Amino acid sequence: MNDLSVPVLPRGVRRHFDKVRGVPVLLGPERVLMLDEIGCAILDQVNGVSTLEEISTRLSEIYAAPKEDISTDVAAFLTDLGNKKLLDGSHG
Amino acid sequence: MVNPPLAMLAELTHRCPLSCPYCSNPQELTQKDRELTTAEWTDIFTQAADLGVLQLHLSGGEPASRTDIIELTAAAQRAGLYTNLITSGIGLTRRRLEALQDVGLDHIQLSVQGVSARIADRIGGYKGGFDRKMHVADHIAEMDFPLTLNAVMHRENLNDLPATIEMALRLKARRVEVACVQFQGWALKNRSALQPTRDQVDAAKKTVRDARVRLEGELVIDFVPPDYYSDFPKACMNGWGSTGVNITPDGTVLPCHAAETIPGLHFQRVTDTPLKEIWYESEAFNAYRGTDWMPELCQSCERRDVDFGGCRCQAMAVLNDAGATDPVCTKSPGRAVLDALLEQEVQPEIMPELVYRKL
Repeated sequence: MNDLSVPVLPRGVRRHFDKVRGVPVLLGPERVLMLDEIGCAILDQVNGVSTLEEISTRLSEIYAAPKEDISTDVAAFLTDLGNKKLLDGSHG
Repeated sequence: MVNPPLAMLAELTHRCPLSCPYCSNPQELTQKDRELTTAEWTDIFTQAADLGVLQLHLSGGEPASRTDIIELTAAAQRAGLYTNLITSGIGLTRRRLEALQDVGLDHIQLSVQGVSARIADRIGGYKGGFDRKMHVADHIAEMDFPLTLNAVMHRENLNDLPATIEMALRLKARRVEVACVQFQGWALKNRSALQPTRDQVDAAKKTVRDARVRLEGELVIDFVPPDYYSDFPKACMNGWGSTGVNITPDGTVLPCHAAETIPGLHFQRVTDTPLKEIWYESEAFNAYRGTDWMPELCQSCERRDVDFGGCRCQAMAVLNDAGATDPVCTKSPGRAVLDALLEQEVQPEIMPELVYRKL
């Protein structure tokens, strides 16, 4: 995953709100990932069009935070999802 | 504090065109006339979602042997469950796959019995099964259906592990489960034929380690080792009655698929008692929940909350005491029994006849 990658949730992976536990989750094969606020904020920007770079820019604007810090977090979070095959990253 | 379950295994039927000698179904199988109806399963899925279940595994037997598999999948989706079909592929046509796709099936887990027709048909006990399965796998790949390959490994096919991983890539699976046979159900009848040798296990672990590095981001490899060769027990079901629940074809609610091998436990049916009441209040689900039931060895162990004392059914099968520490544990007095079994049963030059599963 690099700045030009376009992350997208693949078929078979989807977001869901767990009403019983009151938390947002990411569901995939044999996987339930509880999402925190940061995870949700990043995934909100994952639309299959935006690059990693664009996602970081937008989040740094929304949260008025330095882009370097944001892009490190975004890359780490999405790379981890990618290694679990819960996310695909194509080059747009 | 008892948490709600995350996952449900729905054994829709015990009927299956295959007769694998390691089937995890109980040795006493449920006949078709006792199977739940479409409406009963639909109600169970709704109860499950209300209780907190997020993941539903539609299994069997062969779930495609149910003529209402499309309706059942649709009902699970309506209930809001992430739905996974655990299948041998036999009985799935292109038309049925498309119908499953249309009703929103999330994922398919396809079992493989071997990497060639010779071994797969011998293990499945079904001539022509491998070719039919590969045909279905091609459809699944063409349709871009999210796929996990589930390969049950044992003495006869563990050396084919590299080829099994290659097969997963070829079939465009995103995940492969390399599951060494766990000795419950029918596998207990075939332990000496199925138990791998220590050399095989060491080689398999190395293959998995290397493949995980080589295929990172391309294929997820989950590996279930043959636990008789481990030093510590598996965290069976992540603890009894903690995360998973199993429903048998007649609606009996179990903490795991082998729980009925434990004498003295009474298991209720979801057609008589609400699922929620069974999960939270039944004697069977509370029997080995938490840590109070544990022997002193486990209570005082630093791994108490790591492996939860291991597998109750294994303690029962090997030591005839479901409340004992899993005999896999090196600290357990039962370990000597397990070591003796390995010594006695693993003789690579002797290949016992397989006992096939039958209804």
